[in-house]
Amino acid sequence: MGDTTHPAAAPYFAPHDGKGGILAWLTSTNHKRIGILYLALIGFFFSTAVVLGVLMRIQLQSPGMRLMDARTYNILFTMHGILQIFLVVIPGIPTIFGNFALPMLVGANDMAFPRLNLFSWYLFLSGAILAGVAVFTNGGAPDTGWTFYVPFSLKTSVNVPLATFAVFVLGMSSILTGINIVTTVHQLRAPGMTFFKMPLSVWGLYATAWVQILATPIVGITMLLIVVERLFGIGVFDPTKGGDPLLYQHLFWIYSHPAVYIMILPAMGIISDLFPVFSRKNIFGYKMIAFSSLAIASVGSLVWGHHMYVSGQSDTANIVFSLLTFLVAVPSAIKVFNWIATMYKGSIKLEPPFLFALTFVFLFSIGGLSGLFLGALAANVQLHDTYFVVAHFHYIIFGGFGFGIFAALHYWYPKMTGRMYSKRAAVIGWLVTFVGFNAFYFPMFIMGWQGMPRRYYAYLPKFAELQLLSSLGSYVMVAGLVVIIGNLLYNAKRGEKASANPWGGATLEWTLPSPPPLENWEEPPTVTKGPYDYSGLGEEK
Amino acid sequence: MSSHEHAADPDRGRIGMWLFICTEILLFGGLFLLYSVYRYKHPADFHAASLDLSRFAGTLNTIVLISSSLTAALAVHELREGRIARAKLLIGATLLCALAFLTVKGFEWGAKFEHGLYPNAPHLLSLPPGQILYFGLYFTMTGLHAVHVIVGMGVFGYGLREMSRGKVTLKNPILIENATLFWHLIDIIWIFLFPLFYLIS
Repeated sequence: MGDTTHPAAAPYFAPHDGKGGILAWLTSTNHKRIGILYLALIGFFFSTAVVLGVLMRIQLQSPGMRLMDARTYNILFTMHGILQIFLVVIPGIPTIFGNFALPMLVGANDMAFPRLNLFSWYLFLSGAILAGVAVFTNGGAPDTGWTFYVPFSLKTSVNVPLATFAVFVLGMSSILTGINIVTTVHQLRAPGMTFFKMPLSVWGLYATAWVQILATPIVGITMLLIVVERLFGIGVFDPTKGGDPLLYQHLFWIYSHPAVYIMILPAMGIISDLFPVFSRKNIFGYKMIAFSSLAIASVGSLVWGHHMYVSGQSDTANIVFSLLTFLVAVPSAIKVFNWIATMYKGSIKLEPPFLFALTFVFLFSIGGLSGLFLGALAANVQLHDTYFVVAHFHYIIFGGFGFGIFAALHYWYPKMTGRMYSKRAAVIGWLVTFVGFNAFYFPMFIMGWQGMPRRYYAYLPKFAELQLLSSLGSYVMVAGLVVIIGNLLYNAKRGEKASANPWGGATLEWTLPSPPPLENWEEPPTVTKGPYDYSGLGEEK
Repeated sequence: MSSHEHAADPDRGRIGMWLFICTEILLFGGLFLLYSVYRYKHPADFHAASLDLSRFAGTLNTIVLISSSLTAALAVHELREGRIARAKLLIGATLLCALAFLTVKGFEWGAKFEHGLYPNAPHLLSLPPGQILYFGLYFTMTGLHAVHVIVGMGVFGYGLREMSRGKVTLKNPILIENATLFWHLIDIIWIFLFPLFYLIS
C-alpha cells in the first residue's frame, strides 16, 4: 500500500482550476464533493425531522395537552416519518459515505459513473422539493402516516399524489446510487484488492446496493399506482371497484421491509471497520460478517408479511413469515458476536467513534431482541400498532443507523474536513444523547406492553408518568444532538489540523492526506495487506 | 474525465445497463403480480373484457415492435462493422416503427374511450368488478409501456445526434448498444403484455 499521492496537492474542497464557489460544487462530479452535498441536505432534513419529533413529544407531555389538534398531529408524524425514512435514513449512509468513502476504500479515483452520480443528487433534491411542495399545496400535508395505506390514502382530501410521486423520484435516485455502487465495487477495485481484502464497510454498502436495486422498483410502482388511482380511479386498490387494499400492503412491504436493511446494513459494515481499528486487532470472522450481510439482504427480502399478521392474511402465510423473521436474527447475531469477539484481548481505545460504535451494538441488540417479540405471532396480536413497535424501530433505526452514522462521521471527520473536532465535546454529546435516548424510548416498550396505541395525539391518564419521562428524555436527547452537531460544525474550519491517519487505520483512505486531493491517487495503489492488518502501523500524533 | 473512462471500459456501461434493466423488470413485476392475483380471482370477467380489445391491432403492434427490435439489433451490428451511415438509417427505421406502434396504440385507446371503457366511466363502472380491474390494469400497464417507448425513442434520437457529431463510433458504441438493450426490454415486456391482455381464453 504505497502512498503515491502528490504531497502538495490541494484539498478536494479547495477551488479547482480557478473555479470556486457554490456553483463549482453544484456541477462537480467528484465523489467526495457529492458526498458532502448529500451530507448537507440530509443534515438539514434530519434537523427538520427532529424538530417535528420534539413538537410531538411536547404534545404528548401530559394527557390534557392542547398544543395541536388531532389532524395536525397526524400531519406531524406523517412528515416526520417521510423525512426520516425517505430523506434521511434510507439514503443516509449509501449516499454520504458510499460516495465520500467508498472509492477511497477500494482504491479508486471516483465512482463508476460520476455524472450519473451527480444526476442522482439532483433527483434526490427534486424529490425533496416535491415533498416540500406537497406540504403546502392542494389540500395540504399528507396525514396518512409514511406508509400511505389504502383505502385511507385514496379518500383523504390532502395532497397524497404529489407526496407519493416524490417518494417515486427519491426511489429512482436511490436505484441509481445502488447501480453506481455495485458497478464501482465490481470494476474499480485497486490492483490486489480481492473481494476478501475489501474493508467490511464496502461489503455492507455492496449488499445494501443490491437491495436498493432489487427492492426499490417495487415501491416505485406502488407509489405510481397510488398516483394513478387518485388521478384516474383505475380501481386496483379501491374496494368499491373490486380492488384489494391488502395487495397494496403486500407491494408496499415487499420494498419497505428490505428498506430496513438498506438502513441498517451499511451502518453494520462501518461498525465492522471500526471495531478492529479501535481494538488494534484483526476482525474476528471476516468472512462470516461479509456473508451475513448478504444473508440479511436475501432473507430480509422474504419477511415483509410480518407487518401484516393482523391484516387477515392466511395462517399459513403468518407462520411462514414468522419463521423467516426469526431466521434473520441469526446473521444479525453472528455480526454482534463477531464484533464482541474482536474486542477480546484487544488493545481498546475508547475514542469518540468507538463510543458511538459500541452504543450501536448495545442499542441494536435491544432493538433486535424486541423484534423477536414482534415476530412471534401470539405476542404480535397484543403488540401490533402499539408504542412497543415505535420503541422497537427507534432502537433499531436511531440506535442502529443513527449512532452508526454518528460513528462514521466522527471516524471520517478528519478525512472530510482535514481537522479534528473536540473529543471532549464529542464524548459529552454522546453521553447526553445516550442517556436521553434511553429515557425517551425505553418507556415506550412498557407503555406499548400496557396497550398504548401508536399515532394517538392524546392518551389515558394511566400513561401520564411514562409519557412525561419519555418527553423529558427526548429533550435531553436533543440537547445531546445539538452538542454533537455543533461540535462537528464548529470545528470544520476551526479545529486542530488532523494528521493523515489519526486513528491508525489500515484501510486505503488513511494512506491519503487529510483532506485528500480532488484526484485521490495519481497511480492506483497496489494492495498487498488485509484491511485490518495493523503490523507496522503506529498511531500518528 | 468520465467520457474518457467510458471509452476505455465499455464493460462498466454494460454492467450499469443490465442492472438498470433488472430494476425495470421489477417495476413491471409489481404490475404483473397485481394482474395475476386479479385474473385468478376473476377469470371469467377477464376473458369477457379481453374480447373488447382488437386482436388485429394487438397482433399488428407486436409485429411492428419485433421488427423495430430487429432493425435496432442490425444497427448495432453495422456500428460494430464501422458503417455509421447504415447504422443511422436502421435506427431511423426503428424510430419509425416506434411511431407506428404509438399511433396504433393511440387509435386503440381512442376506440376504448368511445365505448365508455376508461377508468371511472359510468359504463365501465356498471360492469362487474373483474372487468373494471381488467381495464384499470390494461390502461396502467400499456400506458407505462408506452411511456417507455417514448423514452426509448428519445434515447435513440439522442444517439442519432451523437453519431452525427462523431461521438458514437466503432470504438465507442456503448450508447447505441445500451439503447438497443433497453429497446429489447421494451419489446420483451410487450411480448408478455400482448397474450396477457389480448389472447385470454
